[in-house]
Amino acid sequence: MAEAVPMLEAVGVSLRFGGVRALTDVSFQVRQGEIFSIIGPNGAGKTSMVNCISGRYRPTEGQIRFEGQDITRLRTSRRAAIGIGRTFQNLALFGHMTVLDNIMVGRHHLLHRGFLPGMLWWVGGAAREEIAHRREVEEIIDFLEIQHVRKAVAGTLPYGLRKRVELARAVALKPKLILLDEPMAGMNLEEKEDMARFILDLNEEWGMTVLMIEHDMGVVMDISNRVMVLDFGRRIAAGTPDQVLADEHVRRAYLGESDEAVPEAQEAVPT
Amino acid sequence: MTAMTPAGDYRSTYREDMTIFPTRGSRYAVWLGLALLCLAPLVLGRYELGLLITIGFSAIAALGLNILVGFTGQISIGHAAFFGFGAFASAWLHESAHIPVALCIPLAGLMTTAVGMVFGLPAARLKGLYLAIATLAAQFILEDFFARARWFTGGVAGRITEPFELFGWVADREESYFYVVLAYVVVMFVGAANLMRTRDGRALVAVRDHYLSAEMMGINLAYYRTLSFGIASFYAGIGGALYAHYLLFVSVEAFNILFSIQFLGMVIIGGLGSVMGSLMGAAFMVLLPEAVQMAADALAGGAIDRALRLGASISFLREMVIGAAIILFLVFEPDGLARRWRLIRAYWKLYPYSH
Repeated sequence: MAEAVPMLEAVGVSLRFGGVRALTDVSFQVRQGEIFSIIGPNGAGKTSMVNCISGRYRPTEGQIRFEGQDITRLRTSRRAAIGIGRTFQNLALFGHMTVLDNIMVGRHHLLHRGFLPGMLWWVGGAAREEIAHRREVEEIIDFLEIQHVRKAVAGTLPYGLRKRVELARAVALKPKLILLDEPMAGMNLEEKEDMARFILDLNEEWGMTVLMIEHDMGVVMDISNRVMVLDFGRRIAAGTPDQVLADEHVRRAYLGESDEAVPEAQEAVPT
Repeated sequence: MTAMTPAGDYRSTYREDMTIFPTRGSRYAVWLGLALLCLAPLVLGRYELGLLITIGFSAIAALGLNILVGFTGQISIGHAAFFGFGAFASAWLHESAHIPVALCIPLAGLMTTAVGMVFGLPAARLKGLYLAIATLAAQFILEDFFARARWFTGGVAGRITEPFELFGWVADREESYFYVVLAYVVVMFVGAANLMRTRDGRALVAVRDHYLSAEMMGINLAYYRTLSFGIASFYAGIGGALYAHYLLFVSVEAFNILFSIQFLGMVIIGGLGSVMGSLMGAAFMVLLPEAVQMAADALAGGAIDRALRLGASISFLREMVIGAAIILFLVFEPDGLARRWRLIRAYWKLYPYSH
């Protein structure tokens, strides 16, 4: 299990927007093959952390390494090719495209026929390439059980399905590390159970390392191998779910300052 | 956008599922339409053929603008300048380098691409209104260039050029030149339709719909925004070159900003983000003034004319109607003729059980 080089490593990452400190000196490692969750109260810097990894933000200080390679300043559009995929907290589908096209965009870095062979379709090999990838995309569609909407325009779908399409698109990138920003936000129990199952399958069968932000403690504690807790941009705890739940700092961050008032905090569910 | 397919149409291969025209009926209709168009010069007069030719080269340029505006979500109000550049480039190549016209047209397209990409570079960084102003600058810079670069454009006098010729076949009349334009329209439209069902076409739409997640999917925004300008300019250049060898005379004043706006009108009326819509929009914008003119001619001197005392102002009717058409389309059918056409088709497909 213990790899010499972790899949993802953040070393002393700080992120400042003017005077606002979104992240302060955060370090952690994500090991190959695990499900790693980042939790914390609202505004703790969880999404900022994921944005640093996916390239949306450049950390003010510190370094992010992916499979030992420094990617702190790597251009965002290059990160898909090295094996990082993500979903967004607020849906970020291509609203006017069909579900199928949305997922096919995920294959972008795996397709090689540019606009000229594309325009020629029949002669440059573009048709063959499209069909080969279509086949793989259909497997993802089957896996996420969205066959019935594959030709629907993404923007017209209900929320839960859109979340699933977004996951499909991220899976289509064939990432080694998949970043999921609140995959279960706004879902009902059944949808959450489905999503948890998909995440476990991605991890176990598709061999993807998962880094997840999630507010639903039940899910986080059930499926994560390790958990990191952020509060006000600082790492206050990390470890296995049990260790984190038992941590005094975590209880305080979630349930307020006074130590006596800490009740049975088995299921600390924040808003 | 889902095509309505009849029940029992179970496609069994992915290739079948990716065709441009989804149903057998629509494929037959296209072949039939093309066959009829091929027969058109035998039936139609020179005036009608001239209109069809105008629709053809306008549609090619409009399609380019649609790729830029409709598919990529950029904006350009300098499209006519690129159209003009293509026209001059083709005429200039033919006269100065003695390249046959048949070759000049694609070469002019490539030259326009180069120019378009230079002016498209700001597009990598600018968006919305700022980009609109940057392309407006392109319009004025190119217009000024046309007026001054006498070696290239013949200056204010304009440039005379020669008709299309291929292996001794001279397309110097509407009846013959029509086929040249038709061939280009088919090639350019099929090219665009193919583009939109492959990697780079999807990338363009992804940039339009959500550029942040497009970037996360490995799409280089600057590259695709500039590429979109390049493709749009290529289409404008081809359209312009076809225009030049139709009129056989290219004059500087033709490519003003009003013409640019007209291209935008074609794209909006036809349907942003629709390949066939570009053709419909171009047809609409070319035919509308003709129809209004006919109506105005019929009105002139008639009872209504006298009652409303229209007199000379009847000739302004044309401009007003075009303006009104754009406004009405924006209000009632922002997705353009292409969507209207889809609705009509869907209606007839389900007739009489449309509910």
